[in-house]
Amino acid sequence: MSSLRHSPIGDRLYQTLTTLCAISVLVLLLVLSARIFVAASPALQAFGWRFLTGAQWDAVHGVFGVAPAVYGTVISSALALALATPLALAVAIFSAEVAPAWLRSILEFALDLLAAIPSVIYGLWGLFVLVPLLRDRVMPVLTETLGLADTPLFAGPAYGPSMLAAALLLAIMILPYIAAVAREVLAAVPDAQREAALALGATRWEMLRHAVLPYARSGLVGAVILGLGRAFGETMAVTMVIGNRHEMSASLLAPGYTLASLIANEFAEASATLHHAALMAAGATLLLVTLLVNALARWLVWRVRRPGDA
Amino acid sequence: MRARAFLSLLLALVAGPISAQSVDLTGAGATFAYPMYSRWISDYVAKVGIRINYQSIGSGGGIRQLSERTVDFGASDAPLTDAELAQLAERRILHVPTVIGAVVAAYNLPGLRGKLKLSGPVLVDIYQGRITKWNDSRIAALNPGAKLPNRNILVVYRADGSGTTYVFTDYLSTISPSWARGPGKGMSVAWPVGIGGRGNEGVSGQVRQILGAIGYMELTYAMQNNLTFADVENAAGHFVTPNQASMTEAAAGAVRRMSGGDTRVSVVNAAGSGAYPITSYTWLLIDARMANAAKAKKLADFVRYALTDGQKVTTALHYAPLPSALVPPVLKQLDALTAAK
Repeated sequence: MSSLRHSPIGDRLYQTLTTLCAISVLVLLLVLSARIFVAASPALQAFGWRFLTGAQWDAVHGVFGVAPAVYGTVISSALALALATPLALAVAIFSAEVAPAWLRSILEFALDLLAAIPSVIYGLWGLFVLVPLLRDRVMPVLTETLGLADTPLFAGPAYGPSMLAAALLLAIMILPYIAAVAREVLAAVPDAQREAALALGATRWEMLRHAVLPYARSGLVGAVILGLGRAFGETMAVTMVIGNRHEMSASLLAPGYTLASLIANEFAEASATLHHAALMAAGATLLLVTLLVNALARWLVWRVRRPGDA
Repeated sequence: MRARAFLSLLLALVAGPISAQSVDLTGAGATFAYPMYSRWISDYVAKVGIRINYQSIGSGGGIRQLSERTVDFGASDAPLTDAELAQLAERRILHVPTVIGAVVAAYNLPGLRGKLKLSGPVLVDIYQGRITKWNDSRIAALNPGAKLPNRNILVVYRADGSGTTYVFTDYLSTISPSWARGPGKGMSVAWPVGIGGRGNEGVSGQVRQILGAIGYMELTYAMQNNLTFADVENAAGHFVTPNQASMTEAAAGAVRRMSGGDTRVSVVNAAGSGAYPITSYTWLLIDARMANAAKAKKLADFVRYALTDGQKVTTALHYAPLPSALVPPVLKQLDALTAAK
């Protein structure tokens, strides 16, 4: 039994190693951020706050402002989340609580498959299937049949590539991620929770509503935040369908831009120093926006959990 | 995420052995002439047996990598500006013209019989949003007898930075002072109207789908996708179809200027009755003071091949060969590469 004897050197070594590994994650994040901000500094110095508030992006004349791209990033992701979350949670609840075992395995397989499709495939599908469908079938119904063309949300000509197309495509792309994680979270809820609720005479829905969902709440929010992170960073698929225009429009039918697409589109051909720095600054902005939204989401979870909760 | 991790592992496994093999020459840059370069490289590699690796990462990336000396040659659709050359002052960058390409204005008007005729000023006004309908009187004046629909024009541009955009905006700036003062010319410009497609497939996809759309792209792309494109009025007042003959004629006028040594010339809106006006050379960027003499010799040999035997396969890919009078002076430039340093 000598191998199991307490060995101070082995313990210390183990502790040091794992601490180093943990610190390396932080160091990586710091170095990455520092490099981006250093590379971005010429643009940040030249424009200051105007970089965030400016609506003009003109590489020829060296005027750079990312307000439309920030707007497009936030709006397209928020819309996608609003569309995908209810559906994904419904899928997860069905799969974890309701579906028979054989259907559950098929559903899981389909979700994994959806999550594994490369985003450029989603982009091409969006360009050649989703956008024409929206333009020919959906947008005329919205603007003419429902008469929404007079509302600012659906004003202007409907060419297809638009904020709406981007949000829909993003919703489809993040749905399997949210659903898969949410399913795992629900499956991890102890059966004792369910049995206790059922023993008290709860219906299946009441059991879910009062015993399972509250228990899984923080995990479910985590699933949604994961989806949001993916929506923020999605590049290729969005740039295929959003229309790539530096404009802030209230209309969902109008084209827009996102930070990630902007960087991907212009980085390869940016030879001027200021242009290069401006794209780096766009990357820094994306980093900050993601950080802010994540912090906000965590604060929300924290606030929801506090009153009278375990 | 699992799939992504798996893919990158797969990539690492596949790419590892290849990059571990010794590559004799590496280059990076322009996408406009990439099909041509990759054809030349595969032909030359089969013939001579040296390994050349060209990455079409974009002109800007090619220039950056050349200045950081991570590649042996760059390639660009836009000549380096004097400011960019000044940044590379300790090098002697040669612009070696390799091939001639054309940018076309493709459109989607199914009811229209025959080819649309457009002039430079009309193209400028379409891309500035001053002409918004296909039956505008100025388009009708260029196309007597054509049944032009009362349809909105949707302008499509390249959202990603590209040499194609440079050539097209170079043309618009050349014929229109207001365009030159406004959006100007560049790899990516601030377009007054329209929507952006990513890559040639993005632009051609939008043009094919949306009735009334117009978009610019490389000739090869329009041919491969069976898109109709306009005949464009040239400086002599003729409406010209882009093809090998009209590209060559546009390029030939610049030979005298280029033979002097500076090959950085723009041939948009060239004189000559049959010249297609939206035509451009594309260049390899080579450091004449390359330190490694063995590499310099290999590179010079490859470029000599491209400029002589390689010119015979240009038309198969819808590019035009260099004017024959231009080849000797350019070959002579290459001597600097192999001369004793």
